[in-house]
Amino acid sequence: MDSVVVVSGLVKAYGSTRALDGLDLTVSSGEVHGFLGPNGAGKTTTLRILLGLLRADAGSVSVLGGDPWREAPALHRRLAYVPGDVSLWPNLTGGEVIDLLGRLRGGIDPRRRSELLESFDLDPTKKARAYSKGNRQKVALIAALASDVELFIFDEPTSGLDPLKENVFRECVRAQRRNGKTVLLSSHILSEAEALCDRVSIIREGRTVETGTLTELRHLTRTSVTAELTAVPDGLSSIPGVHELVVDATRIACQVDAEALNGLLAYLARAGVRSLVSQPPTLEQLFLRQYSRSQPGSDAARDTSTR
Amino acid sequence: MSSTSSASFQGTRPLVRLALRRDRVIVPASLAVFIALAASSATATIGLYPTVASRVQAAAAINNAPALVALYGRLYDPTSIGELAMLKTISFGAAMVAVLAMVLTVRHTRTEEEAGRLELIGAAAVGRRAPLTAALGLAAGTVLVLGLLSAAALVASGLPLAGSVAFGLSWTATGCAFAAVAALAAQLTTSARTANAITGATIGAAYLLRAVGDAAGHAGPQWASWVSPLGWAQQIRPFAGNRWWVLALFVPFTIATAGAAFALNARRDAGAGMLADRPGPATAAAHLRSPVALAWRLHRGLLAAWAAAFVVLGLVLGGIASNVGSFLTSPQARDLITRLGGLHGLTDAFIAAELGFAGVLASAYGIQAAGRLRSEETADHLEPLLATATGRVAWACSHLAFALLGTVALLTATGLGAGVARMAQTGDAAAVGQLVVSALAQVPATWVLTGIVVAAFGVAPRLSAAGWVALVAFVLIGEFGSVLRLAQPILDLSPFAHIPKLPGSKFAPAPLVWLTLLAAGLTVIGLVTFRRRDIG
Repeated sequence: MDSVVVVSGLVKAYGSTRALDGLDLTVSSGEVHGFLGPNGAGKTTTLRILLGLLRADAGSVSVLGGDPWREAPALHRRLAYVPGDVSLWPNLTGGEVIDLLGRLRGGIDPRRRSELLESFDLDPTKKARAYSKGNRQKVALIAALASDVELFIFDEPTSGLDPLKENVFRECVRAQRRNGKTVLLSSHILSEAEALCDRVSIIREGRTVETGTLTELRHLTRTSVTAELTAVPDGLSSIPGVHELVVDATRIACQVDAEALNGLLAYLARAGVRSLVSQPPTLEQLFLRQYSRSQPGSDAARDTSTR
Repeated sequence: MSSTSSASFQGTRPLVRLALRRDRVIVPASLAVFIALAASSATATIGLYPTVASRVQAAAAINNAPALVALYGRLYDPTSIGELAMLKTISFGAAMVAVLAMVLTVRHTRTEEEAGRLELIGAAAVGRRAPLTAALGLAAGTVLVLGLLSAAALVASGLPLAGSVAFGLSWTATGCAFAAVAALAAQLTTSARTANAITGATIGAAYLLRAVGDAAGHAGPQWASWVSPLGWAQQIRPFAGNRWWVLALFVPFTIATAGAAFALNARRDAGAGMLADRPGPATAAAHLRSPVALAWRLHRGLLAAWAAAFVVLGLVLGGIASNVGSFLTSPQARDLITRLGGLHGLTDAFIAAELGFAGVLASAYGIQAAGRLRSEETADHLEPLLATATGRVAWACSHLAFALLGTVALLTATGLGAGVARMAQTGDAAAVGQLVVSALAQVPATWVLTGIVVAAFGVAPRLSAAGWVALVAFVLIGEFGSVLRLAQPILDLSPFAHIPKLPGSKFAPAPLVWLTLLAAGLTVIGLVTFRRRDIG
């Protein structure tokens, strides 16, 4: 599969602080790629380099096969971008801004525009200064989604939307993927990434710390298991790969490394199982595990157990 | 209705401190400029007219020239050195103080509300009336300090104490009155830009009323001066009788206007104005599809307002120009007028001087229009545009077109206005073309100022005030440089110093060519560096 975005070894420094410190990112054609990290991890800086708004100090960047710093206007005909903090000209109406941004990108589909206006429930006749944050975001989203482009770049696109409109957004993203479009979605809302993304990249302090499909990433971390046994278990804690074991008479709860799952299940089967619940790690647990590593002296396991 | 209890003012004090912290550069810098202006006006003039006879002659010359009376006001005591020295600064300076009060008041009321920051503050333990009270307190405090320090500076320059205090208080009272006007305008509209425009138009109207009233003879509409706060400032007559009672006129005006602002503030919703936004078109017009079309939407209102003002300016100065020569009889008076302008012909000299003034004003428009480059960037309006197929230079040029061609349009408007007014009086149709060309001679100087803004935008975007600083410096060098005996290379720094004084002098194309080249060079430097720098 072709790669739509290829970034390697990206460095961007502001004075002595390194906003990006060797970041890598690959987005394949036709996928929805989640770009995850907490505030200040460097997500927006990366996206602005991808758009040619900032110049990287080191590393290589390719977007749709071109160099965004040199060929920005040509590449931008083929992509649509929604910033995290949408600011509009106060004396233009929402409808005017949608048309303007769409036309500057090379055209807008009027039928899709009116469908989107309806599903996002936006009044296009209001002056932009009268819009709330969520409505300003809708204007930028509609302008992007009504454009016929190959790549969509969204920077925390749902931060001002209510849950209903968040769902509308998710449906739109899924529809774009069905049409073979590529989506790069920066977010710190993990449920959103979990619901939408084929692959995710997790970044921390300007570096990519984890990248892959959710299945692959889950493989790297622990499954939580709770079980009701027929007898009080014994020797469970000696099984390698079992963590945070809590035994309450015949009830047990623990976190298990992927490779230790077999051993645990064999043990439980021997002990006699009345009921068993096994949950794959949520993205949130993956995330917390990643981030807890950076805190000196903290035990990774402690954070992953908070569920 | 909110109560008028002290709770609604709670939090005023920390808000004033916040405002002082934010204005820690702009307030002291403006104070310094105004005080320097007052002090240098005094010291510059005192030496020029050592004897009573010389002052009486100069005063007669000015009072007999309706054009000068309209621009600066009448002299009421021909023997007073203080009044002669401060003539320009009483009327014109008071209008500038009004602008300062407007900037400070709107900056801390509607600008904050529009940006959503007032909401953040309103959610804290802050009363409904506190933000407006704090803004007015800051503006009033600033103009009070301004008035007192200016008075002290005049006393130090050797002018009488009573007149100096009257002068300082005329500035303070004018500042307070227009801070109240700005506070009221900030309640009416939802945009700071419009609030500034309303207040600016009110200041302009007040100046025009004063000009009409002062220039009117005994049979004319002298009352016009008395319905204008800028007329009141004049009628305090500092150094010429010091009529303290005129100060009392400001009190009911300021209290009523500020009271209206507080009343509206208490009735309306946060973020809203009294003049509601009307719904607009649901789809963009077919032509709104390019950066230039967007720039036209963003600039057209401002440009139209400036153009209207420039037409009026041209008509007024063309209309009063004919009167200049006829009233001047003494050689000293002729000398005074010719020193203001070129060498040949009093009327031409007067028009040339006023077109130079129009050039400065047109530069202010150019700086404001080119300043849109940086304000669009900091408002995050640029980022989504550059994420479309719009190139950086194409976008920058769309705004620059308005800065560069806008000044051409404005100066053409003034030249046309002046020419038509002259033609109506003299029947000389050639005056129209001649005055348009004369006005357009100012264009290269205005472009240099625009070029400075663009260069700063590319090289050091944080120094977005560079254009204004340069304009103020050039004007001060031009107005006071020769009196302060500054060296010629310093006087030559101002692009306005190199513009031939038209009409009247010989047309010299060379300085116009190299000023244009300088402006082009600055613009190219700005655009090239902007292409290479980070956005945001």
